Amino acid sequence: MDLNYTDEEKAFREEVRRFLAEKLPKELRDKVAGSDGDTLTKADMERWHGILNAQGWLVPNWPKKFGGAEWNAVQKHIFEEEAAAADAPRIVPFGFSMLAPVLHKFGSQEQNDYWLPRMLNGDDWWCQGYSEPGAGSDLASLKTTAVKNEAGTHYVVNGQKTWTTLGQHANMIFCLVRTNKDVKQQEGISFLLIDMNTPGIEVRPIILLDGVHEVNEVWFTDVEVPVENLVGEENKGWTYAKYLLTHERTNIAGVGFSQAGLNTVKRLAKSEIANGKPLIQNPHYAARVAQVEIDLKAMATTNMRIISKAAGGGTPGIEASMLKVKGTIIRQEINDLARRAAGVYAMPFASEAVDGSNAGLPDPLGAGPVAAKYFNNRKLSIFGGSNEIQRGIIAKVSMGG
Amino acid sequence: MNFELTEERQMLQDTLRRFLRDRYDTATRNTILDSETGMSGEIWNELAELGVIGALFTEEQGGFGGKGFDLAVVFEELGRAGVVEPVLDTAVLAGGLVADLGNETQAALVEEIIAGGCQMAFAHGEPRSRYDLNLVQTSAKADGDNIVLNGHKAVVINAEAADHLVISARESGEPGDEAGISLFLVPADTKGITVQGYALLAGGRAAEVMLDDVTVPASARLGKAGGVFGAIEARTAAASVAQCAETLGAMETATALTKDYLMTRKQFGRPIGTFQALAHRMSDLLIEMEQARSAVINAAGHLEGDRKTREVNVSATKNLMGRAGRLVAEDSIQMHGGIAMTQEYELAHIAKRIIMSDHRFGDTDHHLERFIALAAA
Repeated sequence: MDLNYTDEEKAFREEVRRFLAEKLPKELRDKVAGSDGDTLTKADMERWHGILNAQGWLVPNWPKKFGGAEWNAVQKHIFEEEAAAADAPRIVPFGFSMLAPVLHKFGSQEQNDYWLPRMLNGDDWWCQGYSEPGAGSDLASLKTTAVKNEAGTHYVVNGQKTWTTLGQHANMIFCLVRTNKDVKQQEGISFLLIDMNTPGIEVRPIILLDGVHEVNEVWFTDVEVPVENLVGEENKGWTYAKYLLTHERTNIAGVGFSQAGLNTVKRLAKSEIANGKPLIQNPHYAARVAQVEIDLKAMATTNMRIISKAAGGGTPGIEASMLKVKGTIIRQEINDLARRAAGVYAMPFASEAVDGSNAGLPDPLGAGPVAAKYFNNRKLSIFGGSNEIQRGIIAKVSMGG
Repeated sequence: MNFELTEERQMLQDTLRRFLRDRYDTATRNTILDSETGMSGEIWNELAELGVIGALFTEEQGGFGGKGFDLAVVFEELGRAGVVEPVLDTAVLAGGLVADLGNETQAALVEEIIAGGCQMAFAHGEPRSRYDLNLVQTSAKADGDNIVLNGHKAVVINAEAADHLVISARESGEPGDEAGISLFLVPADTKGITVQGYALLAGGRAAEVMLDDVTVPASARLGKAGGVFGAIEARTAAASVAQCAETLGAMETATALTKDYLMTRKQFGRPIGTFQALAHRMSDLLIEMEQARSAVINAAGHLEGDRKTREVNVSATKNLMGRAGRLVAEDSIQMHGGIAMTQEYELAHIAKRIIMSDHRFGDTDHHLERFIALAAA
């Protein structure tokens, strides 16, 4: 046991820090610091992807033969921690860390040769077509169908996907579709790559409760998809989907985001005066901040333990589910503490402009839209397999079900 | 003990509930939320016609209610329907202060308020006052027969729509002193008042109100010079009772929506409410709902009591409602899943009303500390 980073890892951290200090544009950093990235445009995100790609750090998880850096789990963790601390935009994960690993493992040579360079160059923006209105936690019950045409050249896709994150920016979507209705649900699903510009696709925005447009509904009406866009084998899509979900759950603990959030909470609570003293001296509030910090310290170590295991080649199992549950509880608690710190000034609606003034919303603490963030991050315990689903997995696996 | 509503209050509750069910559905409210004023003049007039505003004033003040349980009955229904119109600000806070403290000329406004013809706002909080009622830095200085006001009032709800503002300002003493604070009833278009408005996350609008050499006659003073802190505290107590009842109503809606959803939404071939993990959480919400209802009754029932009894109960109730409200809002969203995260769905607005109520008149932590201090005193 050694809780210290190795000299190599420390040097790597320094390298990441230097890179972020030199290459992260101030405009992007300000947007992330001010609104947790909600105001980043497509161009902003693509700009950051381009900067990382030039450095060779856009897809650190990829094998070298596909142009990746093959960072180990500890290096990835260090990067994520430093990036969060520096208020760097998040890397949009759908192509780089969700679809790509599926293509690496199950895609054809042609698919890898064609799609991966396009992904790196920013030619394609990918989104994920998994959930449907009737298939959320019970994803395998999905109903969007893909039927091969008579000539055998295309699948014809009909149905509806929902909660498609940043689908408004995307030109490509990877979808789970039903190709066989007559077998067990999980055995009739296929994995298709669909061009969003194909006739018959309609994207409708869903506005979330904090006024933000980040998710969409995607409707498919007789959409023709070339059979070459099937990944792997027909009716094996569920296997690929599960493989993808294990990648979706890496960095699920969000340690870096929690640490950055906790720093904000402390800064706010030091400057806000409550009952004549800084809020951080309010014993009840201070106790809650300390409590979540204690939890976060332990979770960071849990995270490192699991990461070290993964660095040694093991694949995380229920530990990923555990990190998802604990990680979201901690992040949501920090969001709650942040909105509390803002006091009365948590009430203004950050998506709205102020009348009669060129200034932004009143924000004497520089807190930013902390209440909007609190509401928005209720999603953390819902998406990517709700915390109830994760608890079900933990129970089933650990109790030998 | 008797926990039944009087016949009059029962009638008022039934009428108001029916009216809002018919006239204030999700689509109507979302249109109001998107509008420039953030409120509906039509709904406002209809509420006045129904006697909803009159029920918030005592008979001596020209109304037919005004007690804690009158406020609780009205606001529980407003909360149930997620009403964003500024009844609390116009009638309970600013209107209430005018009714409590006004001279004959000033008090004449109450009749207009009850008829629905006058909007009001209470400009009291300041950028650094947080939830403390005594931290008033805005100054009131005599200038011959006039008084000159200077300062910055923060997050003044309904300031843009208000015909009159009730403004607090310090005539003597230091920020933090209870003595020395005065109130002024001022037409909103008085020279030197700048209103910078914005929408609120939970609906309605507020503004930063800048007072720049606002000159008013001494007759604008509401109540005794430098001696109105007690009145402000008492009105804030009434507003807290109203707000807690409103939150209770919103929590009723949240739990009702959740119960329905759990029994209709199917995953894995069965209603999700049949999964024990969710069923038990629903039960916990229902248990907390009973706690919340009793807490509101405690605060409403002691509103006319002596100061200490009243304030101990206000703080106890605000603390409990903050905790129970958070549980109900968060768990209702969680048990719904993604659908509750969308602006279109009723619960999204209701959950925001519940959570944001903890950011007004003091949050759970503020009232926990205050409860300890009051109980020890």
